Amino acid sequence: MVNISVRLKYSRYRLDREAHIKVNYEKCRNCGRRACLTACPAQCYLPQPENGVVFNYEACLECGTCYIICDQGALNWNFPKGGCGISYRFA
Amino acid sequence: MSSNTFDVIIVGAGPAGTTAALILARKGLKVILIERGEFPGAKNMFGGALFGRVLDEIIPEYWAKAPVERFINRKIITLLAEDSAVSLDFNSAAFKQAPYNGFVVMRTRFDRWYAVEAVKAGAVLLTQTTVDDVIREGNQVVGVVARRAQGELRAKVVIAADGALSFLAQKAGLRKDFTPEQFSLGVKEVIQLPPGALEERFGLTGDEGLSNEYLGRMGDGLHGGAFLYTNKDSLSIGVVAQAHSLKEKQVTIYDALEKFKRHPAVAPLLEGGRFLEYSAHLIPEAGANMIPRLYTGGMLVTGNAAGLVLVGGVFLEGVNCAIASGRIAAETVLQAFEKGIFDKRAMAEYEARLKASFVLRDINRYKSAIPLLMNKRLYEVYPSFACRTLENWFTVDGTGHPKLAGMVKGLLGEDVGLWQLAGDGYQMGRALLW
Ligand SMILES: Cc1cc2nc3c(=O)[nH]c(=O)nc-3n(C[C@H](O)[C@H](O)[C@H](O)COP(=O)(O)OP(=O)(O)OC[C@H]3O[C@@H](n4cnc5c(N)ncnc54)[C@H](O)[C@@H]3O)c2cc1C
Ligand code: SF4
Ligand code: SF4
Repeated sequence: MVNISVRLKYSRYRLDREAHIKVNYEKCRNCGRRACLTACPAQCYLPQPENGVVFNYEACLECGTCYIICDQGALNWNFPKGGCGISYRFA
Repeated sequence: MSSNTFDVIIVGAGPAGTTAALILARKGLKVILIERGEFPGAKNMFGGALFGRVLDEIIPEYWAKAPVERFINRKIITLLAEDSAVSLDFNSAAFKQAPYNGFVVMRTRFDRWYAVEAVKAGAVLLTQTTVDDVIREGNQVVGVVARRAQGELRAKVVIAADGALSFLAQKAGLRKDFTPEQFSLGVKEVIQLPPGALEERFGLTGDEGLSNEYLGRMGDGLHGGAFLYTNKDSLSIGVVAQAHSLKEKQVTIYDALEKFKRHPAVAPLLEGGRFLEYSAHLIPEAGANMIPRLYTGGMLVTGNAAGLVLVGGVFLEGVNCAIASGRIAAETVLQAFEKGIFDKRAMAEYEARLKASFVLRDINRYKSAIPLLMNKRLYEVYPSFACRTLENWFTVDGTGHPKLAGMVKGLLGEDVGLWQLAGDGYQMGRALLW
């Protein structure tokens, strides 16, 4: 198992004060598969003990994977404000 | 014209948008190119190969000016099993010479350079600006709304070049909702190697470079593949997984990448390397099955925003399709300006031109590769089958050396039957060969 957060320490971000993706946790609590937990390449979604998830936007790479796989309509998905979020240097 | 009014607004400074901006600005149109990143390229990642013949037509001998890493004269295709691999290694002298077949580039450098070329031609580049919506008047798109003060910008034509997730096409009502089957996710690491290691490990001299595509089961069951590209003195290495398998398998792509890096055929190549950066991006992979409506009155959709990527399993061509479609969009717009008509009928010319170009011809030609790439045996059975067959065939242990057909027959039936093999062989042939 890789600790992805260590990997992401090398990335350059400019954080927006506000999360660009808003999660309706109500829907997550009723979500059986919680596919976002493993599908997100930056591990932005973490499991809650029983059910549901918590979402941290800070490490998001803005790839859109959660947007296309969440089938519960829990996500209000937007790009960050211009200039905010990930800024690659070697991609 | 007021400062918020342009001839053409282009959203997204990737290869599609920048190409359109460059060509239109050269013809003297008032063009604005809007990019949400800190600079063009800051949000963009890809594997590594720019197939630049289309760019050579726009910027002759671009390789002498653009930040290219290495030309690609060697292309390796590898089938990957748990702890063995079988490769096809193609090396071309022709690919070492101008006009070159392709170059490895980094998007953070290339996209930035390319956008500056558009600015030199007269385009206005507005970075750090996210566009949220289109402005419509009746059936006509007449501008966009950017997320900033006085964010309403108007133009005769809007070109959506906003990449794989194209919210602009969605806002204009041109595309349907996405499904996971239409995308793959790619992640990549860039790894700095010790001086001289790259040349030594890959047998490269001067500016020679290579690409290696790997096909097989990734991690614990993801359908997809992996890639490796040689930069100047670093490696780009990554894993691609179909989004539906990410959803079904509950396996993370970063664990799959880690496993790939530990594979005995890969690990020695990375030895002594220093990790530089990790990145992630979606690839629209459904080809002809995901192309949105390409135009409406006052608006065109280009590049990834239009799903214009040629996917063949052992090749992936997106940047060249983006450049070509950006160019065709610009040519359509120029014709519209000559006539002074920007309605839906005038914009329809774009689709006709795309259909006549290699972009839609190739995407339609390789239509039958899409069901092949959804065939699970392509990842779960055949790569390991090929490796096991060769392993058995090449094993010298004093029990006798059977002929290949006998070996295959012996292994058949374990994972796949003869009829299935024949059926899949036919599917593969239809997809790539005839
Ligand atoms: C892992 C991976 C490997 C690949 N390998 C290859 C390869 O080796 N060779 C190849 O030819 N292709 C490859 N591709 C495909 C290729 O990267 C794409 O097809 C290509 O980048 C498409 O260009 P584009 O200009 O249409 O979109 P993009 O390059 O995605 O550019 C879109 C731009 O729009 C900006 N943008 C998006 N939304 C907004 C908004 N609302 N407001 C303002 N700006 C916005 C983005 O920041 C971005 O700069 C690969 C892709 C991936 C993910
Ligand atoms: S898949 Fe969607 S609904 Fe389910 S846990 Fe994740 S974000 Fe919530
Ligand atoms: S956009 Fe990508 S990186 Fe960001 S939370 Fe969704 S899956 Fe994770």
